[in-house]
Amino acid sequence: MATLHIDGKTYEADPSKNLLEAALSAGLDLPYFCWHPALGSVGACRQCAVRQYRDENDKNGQIVMACMVPVTDGARISIADPEATEFRSSVVEWLMTNHPHDCPVCDEGGECHLQDMTVMTGHCSRSFRFKKRTFENQYLGPFLNHEMNRCIQCYRCVRFYNDYAGGHDLGAFASHNHVYFGRHEEGVLESEFSGNLAEVCPTGVFTDKTLKGHYSRKWDMQSAPSICNHCSVGCNTIASSRYGAVRRILNRYHHDINGYFLCDRGRYGYEHGNHPDRPSRPRLRSTKQSGLEPETTEVLAAIGSFLNEARGIAAIGSPRASLESNYALQALAGREAFSIGIAEASSAVLDALVAALREAPGGPASVRDIEHSDAVFVLGEDPSNTAPRIALALRQSVRQVSIKHAAAHRIPRWHDRAVRDLAQGRKGPLHSAWPAQTRLDEISKSAFCESPNAIAKLGFAVAQCIGEDSSSSSSADSPLQKQAKAIAADLLEAEQPLVVTGTALESEAIIDAARAVVSALAKAGKSTVRLAGIAAEANSIGAHLLQGQALESIVAKVMNGECDTLIVAENDLYRRLPHATVDALLDKLSKLIVIDCIPSSLTRHADAFLPAATIAESDGSLINCEGRGQRFFQALSPKENLHATWDWVGRIQVECQRSDTNPWPDLDTILAKMAADCPELAGIREAAPGAGFRIHNQKIPRSPRRFSGRTSILAHESVHEPKPPEDKDAAMSFSMEGSALQPPAALVSHYWSPGWNSAQALNKFQEEVGGPNRGGPPGLRLFPGGQNGRPHGSPSTESAATPDQLLAIPLYQVFGSDELSNHSAAVRERSEPLAFSLSAKTADRLGLADGDSLSLRIGEQKLTATVRLDPVMSENLIGIPVGLSDTPVTYLPLPAQANVCE
Amino acid sequence: MFSIIKSLWLVFLHLFRKKATIQYPEEKAYLAPRYRGRIVLSRDPDGEERCVACYLCAAACPVECISLDAAEREDGRRYPGFFRINFSRCIYCGFCEEACPTYAIQLIPDFEMGEYNRQNLVYEKEDLLIDGEGKYHGYNFYKVAGLALGNKAKGEAQNESPPVDPKSLMP
Repeated sequence: MATLHIDGKTYEADPSKNLLEAALSAGLDLPYFCWHPALGSVGACRQCAVRQYRDENDKNGQIVMACMVPVTDGARISIADPEATEFRSSVVEWLMTNHPHDCPVCDEGGECHLQDMTVMTGHCSRSFRFKKRTFENQYLGPFLNHEMNRCIQCYRCVRFYNDYAGGHDLGAFASHNHVYFGRHEEGVLESEFSGNLAEVCPTGVFTDKTLKGHYSRKWDMQSAPSICNHCSVGCNTIASSRYGAVRRILNRYHHDINGYFLCDRGRYGYEHGNHPDRPSRPRLRSTKQSGLEPETTEVLAAIGSFLNEARGIAAIGSPRASLESNYALQALAGREAFSIGIAEASSAVLDALVAALREAPGGPASVRDIEHSDAVFVLGEDPSNTAPRIALALRQSVRQVSIKHAAAHRIPRWHDRAVRDLAQGRKGPLHSAWPAQTRLDEISKSAFCESPNAIAKLGFAVAQCIGEDSSSSSSADSPLQKQAKAIAADLLEAEQPLVVTGTALESEAIIDAARAVVSALAKAGKSTVRLAGIAAEANSIGAHLLQGQALESIVAKVMNGECDTLIVAENDLYRRLPHATVDALLDKLSKLIVIDCIPSSLTRHADAFLPAATIAESDGSLINCEGRGQRFFQALSPKENLHATWDWVGRIQVECQRSDTNPWPDLDTILAKMAADCPELAGIREAAPGAGFRIHNQKIPRSPRRFSGRTSILAHESVHEPKPPEDKDAAMSFSMEGSALQPPAALVSHYWSPGWNSAQALNKFQEEVGGPNRGGPPGLRLFPGGQNGRPHGSPSTESAATPDQLLAIPLYQVFGSDELSNHSAAVRERSEPLAFSLSAKTADRLGLADGDSLSLRIGEQKLTATVRLDPVMSENLIGIPVGLSDTPVTYLPLPAQANVCE
Repeated sequence: MFSIIKSLWLVFLHLFRKKATIQYPEEKAYLAPRYRGRIVLSRDPDGEERCVACYLCAAACPVECISLDAAEREDGRRYPGFFRINFSRCIYCGFCEEACPTYAIQLIPDFEMGEYNRQNLVYEKEDLLIDGEGKYHGYNFYKVAGLALGNKAKGEAQNESPPVDPKSLMP
């Protein structure tokens, strides 16, 4: 640690940081625009000027840009220096010469970094008398609104979009005071991280377009800490609501997971809760004819009698439902008659993944660990589409080599431009193995595009090469062997090698291969090796730990008459089993009870339906692919008929006289019961403070202190204001009342600090700028790593497809493969229609060209779609996007043999 | 003793002064234009709603009796979908008028809002919106703002130069 003197006071500072970071970490206010904790410094905006003195005798000093000067021991600077203060004020005045008179109609207003910095510098009246320059805006797709007049040319957008997220279609155009940030022509921004521009932009050039459709100011929104449930990474989010509906999702900083950025699926997928067809009332089939809407009590009583009259009950939960909801169903139906709602094959693969994560040295890798890896082997996953935040981290991992190279030349990491210029585009090794083209191919050193079996073989070959002396290369090596040797050499050379695998290809062999690579590396002395796993859904790992039965065994129970009443929660069985199987199951059932928050194909067949609350409307826990248990909280108290699935199941327990009172009236009770029943999940209670937590005897407010309209919002119903809803599940209040002190990181519902209205107030919520959340990153890791359990597998000897047959493999789309976000209008607009991917050679053989229509028969099912040529796919493979909602066939057991229909 | 006599004398003199009391409601008192009474929402010189739903009045309101929700017209003009003032809570402080960047919300010299039923003091947008410009004439926010609107393209606002061609490098 270095000693830093700022305005006569002494602070401790980290010498690897710059003066701006040190000043902010010390809790001082210093304006800035172009610097961003994740993007580093470029010294473009000249806003963070301070005066630096040589020593204590230097009375003159010189003006320097704090973001471009490293911290040195004994450095003396002055922020309050009159000349530096005037300099900063002049810079803002100059930036404001062309800034339009827009704040009242600007979505950034009230959370605008430019507003904050203008106030901070003291500038108030512009002396510029000339005309303002203007720009035309561009249409940038359904996620972002463009208002170029507001730009202050800080270059943060292109630095994030191009340099950090690897985008190609956003650029800076023109020169001098005409610099324009946009696309070369109007059109949709391609990168799946474009939504971050709304947070990265210090003013209102890029704003959230979905928010614009139902706009509310930051100070008016009631927010709560939430978890993204659109993939298994478990990014932390802030869900904000106003007038009983979720209005937007913001990034919530988690030092080890999402850091400063989210993907667009997570940011814009929230609107499934605002879907116009969302079922929001309990329904009974028996009253459907009469057109009467039954009361909630009536539906619950009917469900109670269904269950009491049943020959046997079975329950199906879901990997997209919370841990509590799955546990509640398990408690209702019993371990033998409960399934987490995934098919046997998927369950086996998930089991292999969990075993691999338990065994991983040092525990499963967090997103932050992925960012810091310097050699990566992605085995059978397409992170850009299945776990986009991990793909963004992988894009940073290939930069590690250049950061190390720069460090050798004594260039600090924050000196972004210099680090990049020195690297000259040099990238660290990223080897990927996935059957089709991926967006990570452009940064990969090698891409192995073969069948799942071949990918597993490659993995085992790499493991073998690591074990052997890989320096000897013989000319007799097969191409696979050669590639394996190259990958093994890169992994062995790295300081922190990483293997990424997952369940995307539904192959146990691939996961076993990844485990083999990791253990071979550990044996070869690489104790720093890490393993990252990607699961299919938000709570796949958590649901798996409840040890439910496979879906097929529940089907068997129904078909052989053991059970005749089925309760399905947050699961569309038509996406999990072949249509014919589900239809037969429904025929055989005497009663079907469905609980869900989206209109799924299954809800039509329900004898009784209960509307579930969405993630933003309920409390619960999820376990992400790192094995980290995390808690999410209600951003709003939902309408009277909406409850979390676990709450509904508790009420059902009362109705069917299993219990006199609701067995889990609140979240803490069900967590305690779950901990007692599943000791492995006991730790989940520590993921966030319980409902009894208080700061100075006060709850934590969900709304900012400036929340408006409290005596008017409901005045049209009654002028007598109701009491705000009570929250029995969390230590948070549904109002602005409560402690003004900073809560623990797991309960942070909005970022605000005096003088910092924008999301940049986050600096005040970290131990140091860019460092861990105050009080430690939230959540609890359940897998410490190093647990040995599963025997090592070997490559399967299954033969590849015969030449005249095609092997259909699943492909994923970041916008389209996730069930929930498909119900969000903006995400749906970005999803692409069903198309088969195949190589030009295969297409030639079948006599097809790009855009032709092709019909395939896979098992019992027939599927027709257009053909899209994939430049890297190998012969006899055909990629079929899975999970899309606009297809007649919503379930395919892929990979599988496919036959071309004439 | 003297002060008592003085007071009596002064009171006696007041018998011959002009009466301050007026026969309200038949006769009305003069109220200055800036008197802070009933709140209205005004229109701009083109007859469009001035309110752009910026929520500043609601934020400024110390009793939090204003609530509104933004909506957007097809041409991109933002307006309040609903606008509600609970006058049973309003303290007529005028902070909302001070906060309003578009002169939309104004307090006018009318205080005759008595009701037998408190619920009737909840005013919705139809009750608040007037047809004129109110106290402030001639101001049209969108003529000053940089935002393009249906009938106003970029560069057409006051004090704006025409849009820049980003594909040109000419000065």
